[in-house]
Parts: sequence; C-alpha cells; structure tokens
Amino acid sequence: MSTDFLYLVEVLINGLMAGVMYSLVALGFVLIFKASGIFNYAQGVMALFAALTLAGVMEGQVPFAHLINAVFGTEIHHFGWHVPALLAILLTVGVMVIFAWAVQRFVFRHLVGQEPIILFMATIGLAYFLEGVGDLMWGSDIKTLALGLPQGGSRWIEDMTAGMGGDDFYGFFIDKLDMVATVVAIILVASLIAFSQYTKHGRAMRAVADDHQAALSVGISLNFIWILVWSLAGFVALVAGIMWGAKSGVQFSLSLIALKALPVLMLGGFTSIPGAIVGGLIIGVGEKLFEFSVGPLIGGATENWFAYVLALVVLVFRPQGLFGEKIIERV
Amino acid sequence: MLYREAGDFKTSYAEDNQTFPIKFDRWRYWFVLAVAYLVIPFMINDYWANAIFVPFLIYAIAAIGLNILTGYCGQVSLGTGGFMAVGAYACYKLMTAFPEVNIIVHVILSGGITAAVGAAFGLPSLRIKGFYLAVATLAAQFFLVWLFNKVAWFYNYSASGQISAPERFVGGVAVTGPNTEAWAKYMICLVFVTICAIIARNLTRGTIGRTWMAIRDMDIAAEIIGVNPLKAKLLAFAVSSFFIGIAGALFFAVYLGAVEVGEAFGIQKSFLVLFMVIIGGLGSVFGSFAGAAFLVVLPVALKLIGVDLLGWPTDLVSHFQLVIIGALIMFFLIKEPHGLAQLWRLAKEKLRLWPFPY
Repeated sequence: MSTDFLYLVEVLINGLMAGVMYSLVALGFVLIFKASGIFNYAQGVMALFAALTLAGVMEGQVPFAHLINAVFGTEIHHFGWHVPALLAILLTVGVMVIFAWAVQRFVFRHLVGQEPIILFMATIGLAYFLEGVGDLMWGSDIKTLALGLPQGGSRWIEDMTAGMGGDDFYGFFIDKLDMVATVVAIILVASLIAFSQYTKHGRAMRAVADDHQAALSVGISLNFIWILVWSLAGFVALVAGIMWGAKSGVQFSLSLIALKALPVLMLGGFTSIPGAIVGGLIIGVGEKLFEFSVGPLIGGATENWFAYVLALVVLVFRPQGLFGEKIIERV
Repeated sequence: MLYREAGDFKTSYAEDNQTFPIKFDRWRYWFVLAVAYLVIPFMINDYWANAIFVPFLIYAIAAIGLNILTGYCGQVSLGTGGFMAVGAYACYKLMTAFPEVNIIVHVILSGGITAAVGAAFGLPSLRIKGFYLAVATLAAQFFLVWLFNKVAWFYNYSASGQISAPERFVGGVAVTGPNTEAWAKYMICLVFVTICAIIARNLTRGTIGRTWMAIRDMDIAAEIIGVNPLKAKLLAFAVSSFFIGIAGALFFAVYLGAVEVGEAFGIQKSFLVLFMVIIGGLGSVFGSFAGAAFLVVLPVALKLIGVDLLGWPTDLVSHFQLVIIGALIMFFLIKEPHGLAQLWRLAKEKLRLWPFPY
C-alpha cells in the first residue's frame, strides 16, 4: 500500500474519532430540541460548567471562594480534601439535575408558548449566565481533570501498523482518549435509546416530543418531562465536558464546542438522534479530509468554517437536514 | 395632557402620513436632535466619546441593520460580525487605494460592498428557514473572518495582520487616525446614524417594509398575495448588510482605528448586536437605539459600580457582568418579550389617557 493512501486512512480514522466528539455535544441539543422545541445554545456552556464543577469538587475547592474573599476579606480556597472520581461524578450529576430544575422553574416555565426565537435568545442569556456563575464558583484558571483517562497516541496500534507502508511510514497515530470517547459515546447512545424505548419515563419523553397536547391529555406531566430532559442533557454535557476537558483542559474555550456541534445538527437534522451521530461523523471526516487535501493550498485552518459551508450546501438540497422530520408548511 | 391627537388637525395627506402623528412626539424628536447636534458636541470629552457615545451610535446603526433583517423580515442572522468585518475591510482597502477620495464616500461604498456580500449569503434563505438559516448564517461569520485573516491582500500584507486607519479629513477636520478629537468622532457617527435611521424608518413604513413584514408573518401566504419572496428576502439581506457594513466601517475607521478581525468582529459581536435587537424590540427603529444604549451603558455602569465603588478585582467584576447580562436577558424575555420598544409603546398609551384612564 502506498504511504499516501495510508496517511489518508489515518486522516479518515482521526476524522471519525473527532466526529464522535462532536456528536457527543450534538446529542444534548437534539434531546432538548425534540422534547421542548428549545434550541439550547447553552449546551456548550453546560459542558463547561459540568466539567468545572467536576474538577472543583474533586479538588475540594470552596465554591465562590474568590467572591467570598473579595467581600469578607478572607483567604479561603480549598476545603483540604480530595473527593474520589466516582463520587465527584455523582455529585456533579446532582448539580446538573438541580440546574435542570432551576432552569425549568425560573426560566422556561415562564416562556411556554413563546416564539422559538425568543426561547433561543433565552438560552443564549442562560449561556452567559452559566458561564459567569461557573467562573465565579470555581475561578477562571485552566483546570486539569485527573480522572485517569488514557492520554496520548496508542503505541500498540502504531507498532502494529508500522509495517504496512514504506520505510517513512511510522504507523497510524490514534489518540487513546479518542478511542475511549468512541466507546463512551456508543454506550451513551445505546443507553439513551434503551431508556427512551423501554422505560416508562422514556416513553413519556417520546410522547411529549411527538405532541405536547396529546401527551398532556393522557396524563403526562410536561413539567416533569422537561426537567428530565434538561437533566439528561446535563448528563450528556457532563460526559462531553469530561471528554473534551481531558483532551484540552477545562477552560473557557470548552464552551465553544457548541459552535462545533451546530453544523453537525444542521447536517443531521435538529430532531434526529441518529442524525446527530451520522452528522458528527460526516463533519469530522469531511473537515479533516478537506484540511488534509485542500487546506495547504489556501492557507490552512479551514476547520473553523468548512463544517458550516458543508452543512449549508447539504441544506440547500435538503432543508431539514439529512435525517430531520420533513418540514410541512400549511397556510 | 400634552400627549394627545385631539385638536391636532391634519389638513393635507403629507401631514397625515408623517412619521410622528402626535405633536408632542415631533417636539421631542426635534428636541433630541437639537441636544444631539447642538449641545453634546460642545460638552463631550474623550472618555465619554470612547466609552459611551461613539460605540452607542455605531451599534445603533448595526442594530437598525439587523432589525431590518430579523425584526422586519423575520430572517434570523448570526452573521452580523462577519458583515461588519466586510464593511471594515472594504473601507480599509478603499481608504488606502484611493486616498484622495473623501472618507464619507468610502464609508458609503463599503456599505454597498457589504450589501452585495450580504445578498450573496442571503441566497440560501430562499430554501432554508428558521433555525437552520440562523445556523447557516454562521457559515458567513466564520468564513469571512477566516478569509480576512488568511488572505494577505485584505490587510495590505502588513506584518501584524492588523489593519489600521490612516488619517482622513472631512472639511479640514480629522475624523480618523490618532489625532481625531472627540467631537469629530462623535459628529461623523451622529450624521450617519441620523441618516440611516431616517432611511430605515421610511423604508419600513412603506411598500418595501410591508412586503418584508408579510414575509415575516407567513412567507407562503405572502407569496400567494403577490409578494415576490426572492426579491423581498434578498432586498432585506442587502439593505440590512448595507447598514451593518456602514457600522463596521465606522467601527474600524472612527472608533477603534486599528482592528484585528477575529477579536473585533468575532461571533461575540454577532450575539451582542442580536441582543441589542431583542432587548430593544424586534421590528422597531426606536428599539434598536434603546437596545444599543442599554448594552453599551450596562458594562460601563457595572464596571463603575464594581471596580471603582466596591473595590473588587476586575476579573470578578467581569464574571459578574456575564451573570448580570445573562440574567437580565432572561428577565427581559420573560417579562417583556417585545423589548424596550414595547415598554415605550405602553408608556405612550398610558400617557395618552392620562390623567383619566377610563
């Protein structure tokens, strides 16, 4: 096999892995959009907030330490204990559930029946709010997530594949973390599907996604389902936050992954979970391939916009995305 | 008592059709203009110009532009930052290529160039609707910023990748460059704002504005009653981008003087202008001003209170700023989804009945 071809394969594989990471974020969007029609821009910031909380809890940081010090002139920052990872994750899930309840109770309950654009704007406000709260609670310095996830390229795969090409081919470089992310994403999607197919609340959730009024009339509590969905989205955000946080540190730029997930959503359709996965994979591969083949010719760093342009081109032919529900317009 | 139509008889069609049918409103309008043109320029200093007035006026133009597209024509756009960048870079290229031409011509021409770019990016709006369109306009945002970063021709191959405005004069007074006086910056922005607002107001209450609103309310129905959606939508994109391009050109040439594209015209700018439009009120020229004023004054006020009054560290105050802006946006959307303009409208209704509300 020629070296060029092998490099291409490597790019493809890495693109697929990157796509999985995008899908993780996109999943949270789809969950909320399906159930409540809210296009949740805050999903990226939720991932940031969840990762910050996890890191803070594990380190035993005092929440709002900076603020307390500024107001009372004290000098506190740590409780002086370390929380084991599993317990910390459970605590963070708890925080995300409380967050879901608060969002539902104080914001979106008052906005039921508003136009989608208003709801969207509210989530942008929520994103700002949550970002500020996260920084106030845990400080804005870069944190590392010490969860013991594997890092760096996989030696084993590199050695296994080194013999395939010529002398200047050193084997595939594949990030171990990306592989873990792929496995986690598969488990996550499988359990989400199992949850929505085989449990009572999962079915209720699908009913609400289908038709609010019909769901209400058979006795499903919309309020409860919405809290449930926001909690689930918070959980997905936590998983995405762990994966992205382990990759590049927990910092502000984590919230920008929302912008990476948007073209994935457009491509796959806002209402489809398989769409989020397939869209993520297509974007991941397309982006890497484009950067690999065309990028050097036009100055590189095309990853910022290529996904959007690709999604735009697809949308011109399929306005609802690849897997979205067909948009039927009536007068 | 003063705020009444009663007794204010119209004797010609021109009078009947005027922008402000109530006499008090007309006085108020002339009063505001008089203060803006005759009082503020003599009182303004560098701090007030740079912190409040110049950004307010420039954002007001951008907000009017976005309001035309989003508020009147119903097409949500997140590409404002990118279109402002087009205006800024067009202005820079024109300023350096034709130094002898007046800067005012350059600013208007950059508006025109931005209008063309905006119409091109508006083409997908014929197929794509709602959120899909909002996300699609992000393509414009990211692509344009990348383009201005990567293609050296746009920044005249300068080593830093920045563009900086050379000194230009209007009637012998410097309006760009480091030696510009506060009142000159203020006046040139004010003139552009006034003209833009008058144009926008009259466009939106005429035939064109009505076709836009028909498209916004229901595009299929509009098509059936004879509105050409292609023309209406593209025109909205073009007019909106024209204003936004002027705002971008002024933002670069008059306000900042030197610009790095990713920093000055990033996605945050798009959101900021969208917030202005939403908080001010969708579909209202007054709302664009109110929203711009609100979001320009708020951070300055918060900084004054937090840093200077309470003595907190700056980073803490900037975090608080995020929390407060976020909370205010949500609060406004819950209490008054139609923005400050609606509060203003309600106040006027109340005023008309005052002091006998029944």
